[in-house]
Amino acid sequence: MTEHTFEPKILAFCCHFCAYASADLAGSMRLQYPPGVRIIRTPCTGRLEVEYYLQAIENGADGVLIAGCLEGGCHFIDGNLFARKRVTATRALLEECGIDKERLRMVNISAAMAKNLVEVIFEMVDTVKQLGPNPLKISRTILKEEILK
Amino acid sequence: MIVAQRKTIPELQNIIKGHKNILVLGCGTCVTVCLAGGEREVSIISSALRIASKKLGEPIKVNELTIERQCDNVFIETAADEIKKYDAVLSLGCGAGVQAIAERYPDKPVYAGLDTAFLGILESRGVWTEKCAQCGACVLADFGGICPVTRCAKHMLNGPCGGSRVERCEISPNQPCAWQLIYKRLKDIGEVDKLKKIYPAKNWSKSLDGGSRTIIREDHRI
Ligand code: SF4
Ligand code: SF4
Repeated sequence: MTEHTFEPKILAFCCHFCAYASADLAGSMRLQYPPGVRIIRTPCTGRLEVEYYLQAIENGADGVLIAGCLEGGCHFIDGNLFARKRVTATRALLEECGIDKERLRMVNISAAMAKNLVEVIFEMVDTVKQLGPNPLKISRTILKEEILK
Repeated sequence: MIVAQRKTIPELQNIIKGHKNILVLGCGTCVTVCLAGGEREVSIISSALRIASKKLGEPIKVNELTIERQCDNVFIETAADEIKKYDAVLSLGCGAGVQAIAERYPDKPVYAGLDTAFLGILESRGVWTEKCAQCGACVLADFGGICPVTRCAKHMLNGPCGGSRVERCEISPNQPCAWQLIYKRLKDIGEVDKLKKIYPAKNWSKSLDGGSRTIIREDHRI
């Protein structure tokens, strides 16, 4: 896979009360964002477990974006603050595993911030493009090639 | 409860090196409560090990199981069928759990995935503190329920040492001086007179210095 044909697959966990609504708004405003981004609606980013992030990477996601409400604006008071702590810990754990921590990122977006959401998605896609495809997929390809030899 | 902490992923990779098919075995008791080796941590560590091994281009099979208690044969037996299927077991139990599993499966490599740290309590969310060093001859009754063996950095039975500053231990400003706590507590409960007596040297033969310990209760044996 060469650099310019690589379209990162990004899993975006979006909180129902903010980022998911802003993604909806982005649609209404006809704002485009890269097609490799798959949005998963979550009741609150505080609901997301470390395992979700790890399993996303394990199963080949090139990047994982967590989008929760602005700090202080969480529908469940502090779910997004807990999420931020879990994301920080998971980023450190990914580094221990040899995976660049920038593949996992958390942002805070309100329901009205459609433009900002699109911007952070582009930033995430750019970062992941620079990092290249998820190395777990690469090693799988190498393995297959070796087996075929 | 027993408080433990996970080893780093590179450390764990090194420990399980050479094995292709691993069972990560959690324990549902102390290490679940201290968030080190319960079902969730088993799932997280297993996933991390799969990621790290795939990244190296040497993927291994890592499966997960958590039993109620690893230090109890009744529960260890429930894992027997599963354990047989793997090259090795990475136990997330405390040091006692790991050894209990290893004794039951003499042919199976059983490794410790945690660093068992101390006997302590949950101080506040995410904070555990050490409270007892299992000395085998408890002196809490004489010190207002505050353990000088564990909580005084010098394990002094006739403290304080003279190094404390503003109620803090001289080894760290984050650590309260155990003797300050003892004095305050004994004063509060009207037992400060207890400190007038010179405490005799402790009998350490009841502690780890006497070799690993066994307790036998004849009235409970069959
Ligand atoms: S005196 Fe010994 S048994 Fe008692 S709390 Fe301290 S270390 Fe534990
Ligand atoms: S300052 Fe207090 S706790 Fe620290 S070593 Fe001295 S007596 Fe023990």
